[in-house]
Amino acid sequence: MNKVAAFIGKNQYSHMIILALLLLVVLPLSLDIFRLNLVGKYLTYAFVALGLVLCWGYGGILSLGQGVFFGLGGYCMAMFLKLEASSPENTAIQSTPGIPDFMDWNQLTALPWFWEPFHSFTFTVFAVILVPAIFAFIIAVAMFKRRVGGVYFAIITQAVAAIMTILIIGQQGYTGGVNGITDLRTLHGWDIRTDDAKYILYYVNALLLFLCLFVAAFVIKSKLGRLLVAMREREDRVRFSGYDVSAFKIFIFCLAAAISAIGGAMFTLQVGFMSPSFVGIVPSIEMVIFCALGGRLSILGAVYGTLLVNYAKTSFSETFPELWLFAMGALFIGVVMAFPNGLAGIYQRYMEPWLLKLSKKDESPSAPAVGASEKAPESSDEPMTSEERKHA
Amino acid sequence: MFAEYTAAELTSIFAMQGFAGLILFSVFVLMALGLAIIFGQMGVINMAHGEFMILGAYTTYLISNLFADYLPGIYSSYFFIAMIVAFFVTGALGAFVEWAMIRHLYHRPLDTLLATWGLSLIMQQFYRTVFGAREVGVTLPDWLMGSIAVTDMVEIPINGLFVMGLTIVITVGVALMMQRSHLGKQTRAVVQNRPMAAAVGINTEKVDRLTFALGCGIAGVAGSAFTMIGSTGPTSGQLYIVDTFLVVVFGGAASLLGTVASAFTISQAQSTMEFFLSGSMAKVLTLLVVVGILMLRPQGLFTLKVRR
Repeated sequence: MNKVAAFIGKNQYSHMIILALLLLVVLPLSLDIFRLNLVGKYLTYAFVALGLVLCWGYGGILSLGQGVFFGLGGYCMAMFLKLEASSPENTAIQSTPGIPDFMDWNQLTALPWFWEPFHSFTFTVFAVILVPAIFAFIIAVAMFKRRVGGVYFAIITQAVAAIMTILIIGQQGYTGGVNGITDLRTLHGWDIRTDDAKYILYYVNALLLFLCLFVAAFVIKSKLGRLLVAMREREDRVRFSGYDVSAFKIFIFCLAAAISAIGGAMFTLQVGFMSPSFVGIVPSIEMVIFCALGGRLSILGAVYGTLLVNYAKTSFSETFPELWLFAMGALFIGVVMAFPNGLAGIYQRYMEPWLLKLSKKDESPSAPAVGASEKAPESSDEPMTSEERKHA
Repeated sequence: MFAEYTAAELTSIFAMQGFAGLILFSVFVLMALGLAIIFGQMGVINMAHGEFMILGAYTTYLISNLFADYLPGIYSSYFFIAMIVAFFVTGALGAFVEWAMIRHLYHRPLDTLLATWGLSLIMQQFYRTVFGAREVGVTLPDWLMGSIAVTDMVEIPINGLFVMGLTIVITVGVALMMQRSHLGKQTRAVVQNRPMAAAVGINTEKVDRLTFALGCGIAGVAGSAFTMIGSTGPTSGQLYIVDTFLVVVFGGAASLLGTVASAFTISQAQSTMEFFLSGSMAKVLTLLVVVGILMLRPQGLFTLKVRR
């Protein structure tokens, strides 16, 4: 057990391994497919929270419109799946067979031009990442080249989220309106609604999340990460040192958008629909609290924060729906005022010194090896260790 | 798109839509005034501003019910009392929020934004619990009912006219107060140079609290006026918050004149376009143009020239 503590305290990859064990082994073994699918849905929000760690936590750019990128990624995937679901055979009863059902209801007789390329899966995969990234690039260039930042940027991204929602709801012939794009069935003839497909999609999602986590960890470790922190603290000094501040900001904002978009696409695949209710102001700002609760400087914290808030949301809304908004509001206020660095901050402040102390004692020659050290280092082991130490 | 209308029809369409725009303008100005004071003068983003406005609206609703039950004889004058009560209720809550929350976050503007968003969620749920999820409305006194027919095709509703008059009075009052009154001068001094203002003996903490309370109080009055032209629901405030922030940013955060000018531009553009396009497209276009102009001119239309 002490070896476990030493491992957790000293090894930088250990947290990643614990998370991997939790997501890839513990949860799939202990939850039924319905609950696991729910966890998979939460994990797609973790992509957005991860993007926010990069651009808000490290870059100091608070975006209140991340739902837009999540939504764009999701809509790109949904358009492909919808086109596959509305083949001429499936939609023979419509007045214009071969186009999605909501278009038929809105008296459209031909597929709009921007839907055409989504017949191709390769194009869709590229579009899922590139469309939101290009959109983010346009916003970022326009704002950061003009040195707009801070609260102004937050307000403008919020306005962008509002525009996007109104546009999607207003243009229901092209986008499916309030209901969004629903009734998605197959991916290249592979039924995504079966339990097996849900298991596979869960693992694809989790692995993609780890890929993004590694990218994020790499960015943070690199010189770019250092520069981001420097810019967050003293933008002028970085600029006077000869760096093009706006270029770094644009890059990190686009990266965050692309990561969010992957989450959106995986959301569509796992949940089977996409609607404007994941695009607007309210979901966007909720995604910020996932990141804030986990810790705005911790990429793994973002994942835990997302899981915790969503778990609380689901269980609260099932039992006391009217209390949920109170709890959510209190969470916003409490995290911001009392724990600006979130759960990761609490962990680093209280758990890590303690783990290090534990591992130091462990290195003394008299420390015996405890048999349980070969057991998988689950997070639930930690409280047990603390009790053991007290008794010793 | 103008071809199917005659010239006279077009004139009346523009007049009617222009007037509808003026009512929207009044709502924008009333909401943005409080926000311009809080955001423009103090740099605090108050995402709960819409909920403060709705608090004023609910206060007005309660008082109108009280008058209807106990003082039906003077029901026609309930509005003035309700407005004053709304001002003090929201102002007091604003002062409390500043004391409990905002003053700890002055050096972290982005965190203020998140914390006040949390506050807005709590306030919304509170309204939903107390007043129910359905929208409530007040019964207008007789003298506010009806409309004035200017020509055959142009009719002007009296309640709209009244709200516009009220807007002008409040705007002038706020402008005078910021320019002439003791508190206004102190506020502006603190905004321009906080350490120096403190050095000459201004209690900056007290000024902060009063400014915030004042901004919230004006939001309460705005909510009170809002009941004249629409019904009130728990989430009515949230609908306007993004527009209002855009109005304030577009106008130039620290300038009251800019706020009024940008509210006028945005509301007129939106309501005129609403007639020819669908409502949602009009709003999208307006917001897009505003965001586009803000990209070209981030400091807004009017800026305060201050040496930093």
